[in-house]
Amino acid sequence: MSMSTELPQKSSSLYEWLTTDTPTSRKQARLSSWYRSWLELRSNPMAMFGIAILLALVLIAWFAPLLAPQSPFTQDLAARLTPPGEGGYILGSDSLGRDILSRLIYGSRITLYIVSLVALMAPIVGLFVGTAAGYLGGWIDVTLMRITDIFLAFPKLILALAFVSALGAGIENAVLAIVLTSWPPYARIARAETLTIRNADFIHAIKLQGAGALRIITRHIWPLCISSLVIRVTLDMAGIILTAAGLGFLGLGAQPPSPEWGAMISAGRKFILDHWWVATMPGLAIFIVSLAFNLLGDGLRDVLDPKKNSK
Amino acid sequence: MSQGNNAGIGLEHVNVWFGEHEERVDAVKDAGFAVPFGGSFGLVGESGSGKSTILRAITGLAPDWSGKISVLGQDLGQDRGKEFYSAVQMVFQDPYASLHPRQTVDRVLSEALSLHGFDTINDRIIKILDDVGLDQSFRFRWPHQLSGGQRQRVAIARALIIEPTILLLDEPTSALDVSVQAEILNLLTRLRTERGLTYLMVSHDLAVVGHMCSEIAVMNDGEIVEVLSVEDLRALKANHPYTRQLLDASVQKRKNE
Repeated sequence: MSMSTELPQKSSSLYEWLTTDTPTSRKQARLSSWYRSWLELRSNPMAMFGIAILLALVLIAWFAPLLAPQSPFTQDLAARLTPPGEGGYILGSDSLGRDILSRLIYGSRITLYIVSLVALMAPIVGLFVGTAAGYLGGWIDVTLMRITDIFLAFPKLILALAFVSALGAGIENAVLAIVLTSWPPYARIARAETLTIRNADFIHAIKLQGAGALRIITRHIWPLCISSLVIRVTLDMAGIILTAAGLGFLGLGAQPPSPEWGAMISAGRKFILDHWWVATMPGLAIFIVSLAFNLLGDGLRDVLDPKKNSK
Repeated sequence: MSQGNNAGIGLEHVNVWFGEHEERVDAVKDAGFAVPFGGSFGLVGESGSGKSTILRAITGLAPDWSGKISVLGQDLGQDRGKEFYSAVQMVFQDPYASLHPRQTVDRVLSEALSLHGFDTINDRIIKILDDVGLDQSFRFRWPHQLSGGQRQRVAIARALIIEPTILLLDEPTSALDVSVQAEILNLLTRLRTERGLTYLMVSHDLAVVGHMCSEIAVMNDGEIVEVLSVEDLRALKANHPYTRQLLDASVQKRKNE
């Protein structure tokens, strides 16, 4: 025991610093609150499983050139539609003889690109609209929420299709279309949250300190809305990936020869009965990533739920 | 703001209502009283009698009112300016609802200071925590790490840190344990003498108001039925039947305790 005193002591003092009830600086207070959330998230095995998959996805996308056994674009018509495991094609080859594994690895970059752009843009638009409508009320509320209703009245994919066909096919436009169709639910959530907080005494108190509407919305209401938005975004990620894949499948998202997973399923559709792996492999990839986001979202909901530790 | 003619808060023929037309509810009817600068005034009545609504009308949180409200000799319009907020602050009833759940004590206090353009934020926070009887170790805690009494001390610190002259107290102790109630009341009494504050306090508890205030208005069903001094109250010299009823109930409660 005496041999290993140095290291545990050091780490336990860091642990104590992070979990203390009496932080001595702003930084420590913030870090310790984050650390507590992380401890709680860590105790949820399913959420950790989701994080592990997503971390793996990021690493795979980052190191794609090192990991991919072949170029995702090299065609070998002699080896077209090779079944998985044969001829050096671990997951088989597609109709042009391209290695499906390599295409999946490079496709993870496109998936991450779409997911992160949508996750950055849609909730922010929703947050702006929802909190402004909820806090300011009156005709601003009516106008903003009717616009939201109009967007919600259309099926998501149909509206995205309309946008893409108006803007032109391509990943950037697909992202834009997904953002334009996915912000309304976030606006609704942010507005609902705002309505429950706007008459709380702590908002009255800051109003009595002379704070203006902009300051109250951005500094006092946003921090309370963001956690429920983060949960919702994480749970919606699966849907976003599927919409992106759907646009790709319909030929309106990523264009060939780009290895986007939805477009790959679309290309494999013709051979699905005789050569199942062409459509199944990208389908599995979408399934795994969507599952990971859902697991993480469930875990985050347990950690971030503001109603749980409000008292 | 001028502090002439000894004026703290003055209300004349004030009506406050909620809703419009058929749904209109008159919460306060023709209320009038005056609190001298540096004085302490109590509003007593049962729940729903409109006493908190008067505070809300003064602070602008209840937007529909008519009549004349003046603070430090100046009449208030529909909008309250920075000047008003730096002179008048309020302590809310429920300390569990009046602190932002995602802000540390430090953040709450520094936000108040920065809104009013104070410098030496650090020194002021250290001093105000001292003044309200909180140890410096509370400075970076989150509200959920504090007890009800500690939260209410933070709320008082938040109100006083910007150095107002008038403090509105909306049943500041009713959500607290009896033992903590006395601590908070003593703290408020001490701060008032130290800082020469004007108090307008709302309570349903005659004993609390009798302890804190020199003059008391009794409210029933949105109307002020009687204004009497604390000496008259202690001598049980009430004229209005409702006030006597309240006094009897309070004396009865004392005996039972």
